[in-house]
Amino acid sequence: MSLKLPEGKAGRYLLAAAPWVFFLALILSWELVCRVFSLPEYVLPAPSAIVEAFLKVEMSRWFTYLWATLKVALMGFAVSILVAIPVAIAMMRSELLSRTLYPLLVVIQSTPVVAVAPLIIVLMGSDDPSRVLITCLLTFFPLVVSTATGINETPGELVELSRSLDAPLRRETWQIRIPYAIPHIFSGLRVAITLAIIGAVVAEFVAAEEGLGYFIQFSTSFFRIPQAFAGLFFLAVVSLLLFKSVQWIQQWFFPWSLPRKGSH
Amino acid sequence: MTEPATNRSFVRLSGVGHRYDPDPTVPPAVTGIDLDIRRHEFVAVVGPSGCGKSTLLRMISGLLMPTEGEVSVFGKPVSGPRDDVGIVFQKPTLLPWLSVRKNVLFPLRHKYGRYSRADEKRADELLAMAGLGGFAGKRPDELSGGMQQRVGIVRALLLNPDILLMDEPFSALDAMTREQIGFDLLKIWEENPKTVLFITHSIAEAVLLADRVLVMSKRPGTVLDVLDVDLPRPRTTHTISEPRFGQLTERLRKHIYEPEAA
Repeated sequence: MSLKLPEGKAGRYLLAAAPWVFFLALILSWELVCRVFSLPEYVLPAPSAIVEAFLKVEMSRWFTYLWATLKVALMGFAVSILVAIPVAIAMMRSELLSRTLYPLLVVIQSTPVVAVAPLIIVLMGSDDPSRVLITCLLTFFPLVVSTATGINETPGELVELSRSLDAPLRRETWQIRIPYAIPHIFSGLRVAITLAIIGAVVAEFVAAEEGLGYFIQFSTSFFRIPQAFAGLFFLAVVSLLLFKSVQWIQQWFFPWSLPRKGSH
Repeated sequence: MTEPATNRSFVRLSGVGHRYDPDPTVPPAVTGIDLDIRRHEFVAVVGPSGCGKSTLLRMISGLLMPTEGEVSVFGKPVSGPRDDVGIVFQKPTLLPWLSVRKNVLFPLRHKYGRYSRADEKRADELLAMAGLGGFAGKRPDELSGGMQQRVGIVRALLLNPDILLMDEPFSALDAMTREQIGFDLLKIWEENPKTVLFITHSIAEAVLLADRVLVMSKRPGTVLDVLDVDLPRPRTTHTISEPRFGQLTERLRKHIYEPEAA
């Protein structure tokens, strides 16, 4: 069965409205199910109860928690960028380094961070540095891989052009290879920014006295389920906004790196 | 007219060959190539796929060292990448984040880290000569394939090289664009004489553009024949309809389709 879009303007509006309409319908049916079956709040709170719980918590408290989580996520994200991109460049330049480091990176990536997080807290204490490290462990790998892939995809002809000009290697890196990697770096950044939030929340689950992850955890343990849901939705919105910001930064600073509109 | 000996063999290949695989049972990519190219001569190279045409071009540019024989330019052996060579690739390989003008200036910025106002003026003049006067500020993806390749040619001309190496530069273009850009290349070459080595799959294109056509064999690539194209210049669309043009392309075709008979 295939659903056909109406022709012309109507079709375009429908296409634009579809996700919102669907989302709204989902919320409404959720509300309806909760009311019709009178589900208890501690099993599944209705959206109205979640909104109520959200408004009951003071705004200043929300922002304190938001800042605590955001700080760790963004610091981890930034440290990851600062380390991953140079490492990827170095790995692309030296096969020895690439051979040496790659297995270690794969080991780090395949170790569940949730399992390592308590050990890191024991090792480094329950302060921001350990939380930042946990975030880094999660965001580092996708950034290295995407940057390395991008650098590798530089057309061979351009590398030959650079060599035929006898240009210094650093210019080949900065003027050709890194710009060529930009679209790939940004797809890595989009993955990494959401992972950064996950990393910060995981770290708060293990040890923290503030932050949105901490808030969700203690709300759950006190059976304030609507409040936990409120925290969860707030977190999801923040995560989405960060993801979007990465896209906006790419659109603003590197418009050429996006596929041209109207061409597929 | 007398010219110095080095002008008659501006680019000299003596017994040049290259093997990628050190295993002696694998034939080399090219072997035993002897060729003298005069200064400002337009030489086309035709041959089947994988006959080492690109290898030949890379050895002249100094990007690749021959494993046998020697390449010399103006009497000096080529020992590494040389900057008096402009290279045009099969794909335009422009930098998508730079404007057309900055793409043309890229070799200067890449080699020296800077360029002057005079260089910018020269880039604009070259663009105008290639029929791209109004496009200097555009980005490459706003241009058609043919225009992008023109930018690639202009970029190769920026440093005013003595030698222009073209590696199947028009093979990604449609037939009509291809013919037009060929004539435009001739115009540019007549105004700024260069020693050109032009690799192509198209027999007609080789005859239409070149002074001499080198026919290469299948791997290991050797020279089967060198054909002097005695068609008058400037060449135009009329050249194609001349009987001599037909004779020459016919002879080349024989070489390629029935190399034993020729």
